[in-house]
Amino acid sequence: MTPDVTRAVRVGPRPIGLVVGAVILAIWVICAIGGEHLVQDPYVGDSFATLAPPSAQHWLGTDRLGRDVFARVVVGARSILLVAPAATLIGTVIGTALGLVAGYAAGIVDDIISRLIAVVLSVPVVIVALLALVALGPSNFTVIGVIGFIFSAPIARTVRAAVRVERDKDYVEAARLRREPGVLILVSEILPNVLGPVLTEATVRLGYAVFFIATLSFLGFGIQPPSPDWGLAIYENYTLIRASAWPVIVPAVAIASLVVSVHLVAEGLVRRSER
Amino acid sequence: MTAVSLGGPPRLADPGPPPRRLLRRLLRPVVLFVINLLLLSALVFFGAEVLPGNIGRLLLGRTADPRSVDVLNHELGTDRPIVVRYLSFLDGLLHGDLGTSLALRQPNSDLLGAALLNSVKLAALAFVIVVPLALLGGVVAALRRDTWVDRTIIGIGVALTVLPEFVTGLILILVLSLGLKLFPVTATPPPGSGALTQLYYLVLPALPLVIVLFGYLAKLARAGTITALDSDYHRTAVLKGLPGRVIVTRHVLRNALLPTVSVLGTQAGYLIGGLVVVEILFNYRGIGSLIFMAAQSKDIPLLEVGVLTVGVAYMLLSALSDVVAGLLDPRVRSR
Amino acid sequence: MTASLIKAAALELQDLHVTYRSRGRDLTVLDGLSLTIARGESYGLVGESGCGKSTAALAVLRALARGGRIASGRVLVDGHDVGALDDEGLRHFRSHTASMVFQDPVAALNPTLDVGAQLDEVFALRGAGRGAARKATLAALDRVRIADPRAVVERYPHQLSGGMAQRVVIAAALATEPLLLLLDEPTTGLDATVEAEVLELVSDLQTETGTSVMLISHNLAVVAATCTRIGVLYAGRMAEEGRVDDVFAAPKHPYTVGLLRCLPGAGTHKTTTRLATIPGVLPELGSRAAGCAFADRCSLAEDVCRTEQPQLVAFDGRQTACHFPDRVATLAAASLERTEPFPAPDRSGEPLLGVAGVRKTFFQSRRPMRALREVDLSIWPGETLGLVGESGSGKSTLARILLGLLTPDEGGRLTLRGEALAADVDDRSEQAVSDVQIVFQNPAGALNPRHTVARILGRAVRRLTGLRGEAQRDRVTDLLDSVRLRPEQLTARPGQLSGGMKQRVAIARAFAGKPALVVCDEPTSALDVSVQAAILNLLSDLQERDRVSYLLISHDLGVVRYLADRIAVLYLGEVLEVGPVEEVFGGPRSPYTSTLLDAVPTMAGAGPRRARTTGGGGAPTPDGCPFAPRCAHAVPDVCAVSPPPVVRAGPDHVIRCHLTLEVLREVSVGVLATGNDATG
Repeated sequence: MTPDVTRAVRVGPRPIGLVVGAVILAIWVICAIGGEHLVQDPYVGDSFATLAPPSAQHWLGTDRLGRDVFARVVVGARSILLVAPAATLIGTVIGTALGLVAGYAAGIVDDIISRLIAVVLSVPVVIVALLALVALGPSNFTVIGVIGFIFSAPIARTVRAAVRVERDKDYVEAARLRREPGVLILVSEILPNVLGPVLTEATVRLGYAVFFIATLSFLGFGIQPPSPDWGLAIYENYTLIRASAWPVIVPAVAIASLVVSVHLVAEGLVRRSER
Repeated sequence: MTAVSLGGPPRLADPGPPPRRLLRRLLRPVVLFVINLLLLSALVFFGAEVLPGNIGRLLLGRTADPRSVDVLNHELGTDRPIVVRYLSFLDGLLHGDLGTSLALRQPNSDLLGAALLNSVKLAALAFVIVVPLALLGGVVAALRRDTWVDRTIIGIGVALTVLPEFVTGLILILVLSLGLKLFPVTATPPPGSGALTQLYYLVLPALPLVIVLFGYLAKLARAGTITALDSDYHRTAVLKGLPGRVIVTRHVLRNALLPTVSVLGTQAGYLIGGLVVVEILFNYRGIGSLIFMAAQSKDIPLLEVGVLTVGVAYMLLSALSDVVAGLLDPRVRSR
Repeated sequence: MTASLIKAAALELQDLHVTYRSRGRDLTVLDGLSLTIARGESYGLVGESGCGKSTAALAVLRALARGGRIASGRVLVDGHDVGALDDEGLRHFRSHTASMVFQDPVAALNPTLDVGAQLDEVFALRGAGRGAARKATLAALDRVRIADPRAVVERYPHQLSGGMAQRVVIAAALATEPLLLLLDEPTTGLDATVEAEVLELVSDLQTETGTSVMLISHNLAVVAATCTRIGVLYAGRMAEEGRVDDVFAAPKHPYTVGLLRCLPGAGTHKTTTRLATIPGVLPELGSRAAGCAFADRCSLAEDVCRTEQPQLVAFDGRQTACHFPDRVATLAAASLERTEPFPAPDRSGEPLLGVAGVRKTFFQSRRPMRALREVDLSIWPGETLGLVGESGSGKSTLARILLGLLTPDEGGRLTLRGEALAADVDDRSEQAVSDVQIVFQNPAGALNPRHTVARILGRAVRRLTGLRGEAQRDRVTDLLDSVRLRPEQLTARPGQLSGGMKQRVAIARAFAGKPALVVCDEPTSALDVSVQAAILNLLSDLQERDRVSYLLISHDLGVVRYLADRIAVLYLGEVLEVGPVEEVFGGPRSPYTSTLLDAVPTMAGAGPRRARTTGGGGAPTPDGCPFAPRCAHAVPDVCAVSPPPVVRAGPDHVIRCHLTLEVLREVSVGVLATGNDATG
């Protein structure tokens, strides 16, 4: 049967999740880019108005140093929106390369890579990251590197499994039969056919990158002061939660909205590519 | 009526595992486990002692006098060659010597033992709540596929599963504890409390872990159930005219939950990651807060064995769930 | 219809319309199907993929896949409207009145329950207690001729062979003593010998129990062997329906004529005749023309055919849905005789390819499994060597060794034009790589779904000929032309092409470097018969033009007989017979070859025949003839003990068997009498 028919009648319900997610994500991206130009100074505190409740001057109140919570939450979008995608990108590139090699090479090379992947995956992300960040000292760059390194393991595992499936298909045999070099078979024949799973995994990982980086910041091992980063803001104000919940609850809601929006977009894109 | 032979060439019959093969079958996972342990210890050692470069410098800070750095390194033994240090680290582990905490000046094994017990209590409670809930939710969603029931269960589950535990934990504290005053803010009960009181104190801390796992497990259970529902054998069962209840319990559930069961172990391991945050949030003395404390005070020996313990726990749990899944699946059993 | 005067028909479909919802549109799959199956009757439903055969069966049991729905019309079983049943009634209907058997028997069984449990529950449903159910289960397994029911009840599905699993499924289906048994491609995917046994079993059981059978198959010969009445389905409508003998002897619908003519039958060979094809393709689902759905592919079509839908009318003892049934007999068989003489294989010099003493052992958890025991073969320039044998005989292993994708054990020797051919494709010369290419079975997997046709062919031309730029493009255009594809299709990706077109691209790729030998591994088994005919014509045309040699691997003896010059019969890794195709089919031949030929259902419609395999099966001894345990003519203490000697049946015809030529001649007779116009 010719598949053109099915393609011609691709009309379904509007993907509400995708639209909602994209809108929320877009708002945070605008905040990240506009930053200081959109709001008052997020770094200067009013020492006479610490932990103030919302007012006309401070829409969402102030934090323990009297800094404007609204301004900090807007500007705070920037660090996470830089660090999380960068970490995901590094993880995707390394993971894809490892997965391609492991899946196609088989034998001892595959054994070694697979063992390493299994070991990295056997310790929870937060805990490996803590260990590495103690060793390297926390900073934006080390967080990107460490999360990228850890994420390369699950991505490599996904890619390896996808390559395994493709490797046994006849079109790969056909390429071997005209003696294409192995690298070319990997890059030109197999890679285009595993890009789907790679992109799916990468978008899902982006959501998790936000999750883990926010968590690390909350633990004080992620993005460092005086950044108005959300996780960090919660870390700094958490002990004062009984005095004022605003400096804690606002960034918490911000994180929640960001991770949910990233996952909505990821899920929407995956559905779309599956159709 | 005579029995006629089946056509086709004979297939090589499997005479079952002879004794030597059986031994190899039992040995193989053990050998793999040991290899994984070795690699894990190397990874942890690398992360904790090689990555920083100079341990003494790391502990004393950038501005410290080089001579006192050298002295500290000598005291700690971190001036020896890396290979020697790794071998002595391994040697210690093999003899049950987990070293001494730099910050607390206590044997690591004592600290870990108490913390592990607390963490197991918390994780077990979370697990006992989430597994039945999630399996039930996933199966119900699959049986009501594409209805509002399905969309609600999976939609809420997935939205919650992506939230970091510290975010859900905070919201729970604000609402249930500070707002409604249903639960205490801390997970640690007053000394001398009974088992029920202890349990009561642990409910709120367990909830963020439940929330983070529910969506993932439910989605997995749903996918497994849908695969089983779409299978030829399910169609056979339906066309046999079996009652719906029998079809679900006999023909769907076991096949549907196999993939979920086989990841339960790894998910239990994943809980440990969440424990760090939850234990800090609720001021609970478990392995998570111990590791965090070690990280904050750069207590490298404690950090090393803490991470190693978590890794070993994870490996044991995933091996356990593999065994359970194997027992449920005749294809694996007879292999 | 006379039966319905006394008792209601077993099954009656009345103007059944079934639609599937796909991307917000209802696509019509069954477009007003009516048929009646009398009690005790066996009815065959045939048609090419996508014509709605399976949908019809699923609609009977109200088991349509998600999105499917009966839009209008009624299903009556035993006079009762199935559509009107409530849940309880439907369950009772399925457990007592009608049951169904599907194509893939292993998948139809629950992998986590043993065979016994899956049969017991059917009897328990009918009120049997635990012990009674098990007794009934053992009896049911015995009834489907399973030798050791007590052992089989304890097995799990993955421990059963395909044929054994299908018997278990049939046992479960018959456990309900149904009035109606629906079989949907029950033997597709099984070896011919197993297929023969399953079909024979179905026929026997039908006679025993008086069950009505609806057998769905793409294979006309299967229906001919098993059924008394046949319905030919086209695009969701009945094209022709009648007694099997009448319909096959003198079809009265152009589509039936087309289906029957495009089969390679006895007496047709590539050297003398091209196969008939049906031009055009099946109309797409959801595109309903006003007139006859077959009009665009029919040479009889006139204006009325495009405007008015033909109704099913009685004509010449059957029903046909054609405006001009009287003209069908005059359908001119287009001149199919080859006018130019077909070039004969060149046997003057060296063979193109020599295989001497090639062995291959696989290791499964360190235990050796001998896939090829000792193979000697040669293929001459311009020759087609057909390689036949059941699954597991080593056909594909041998092909992969020739291609250099698999390394044989030490000691064997491959030669190309008399010169040694390296075992690994990576060690072969450029020329040798271009010389030996392949056409795979499944065209969907053989082409990279992400590449365009231009890229697939361009890359092959560049690697295999070294041509670049303009010259490369010219060569691609030539290739496309030689497989009868249009230049517009260069920009298409495989997903946009039909199965037949994909296979043409795959053939073009194999011919990119002007090969001397093309391995065709089941080149048409994934295709419908009308497409198969076109591909077989294409392969012969290319051979005529380029004098290329083929190694044709096929389980379909009809295809082999049409295309091959010589035939080699492989059993458990040993070549038991090699000879010119007509000599092997005509006999004398190896007892194993006879078993294979016997198993093929024939269009003669002689009804089910006994498969001639006897003996207990079982594994062969290392030294004896591998076929000895299954051979009806095995000589005790000889065949299983010593290796079979070579028997010369002709100058070029070799049989490996302990029997003498005279005995072989005698035991080979039976088959000729039935005239094996084999189809697979």
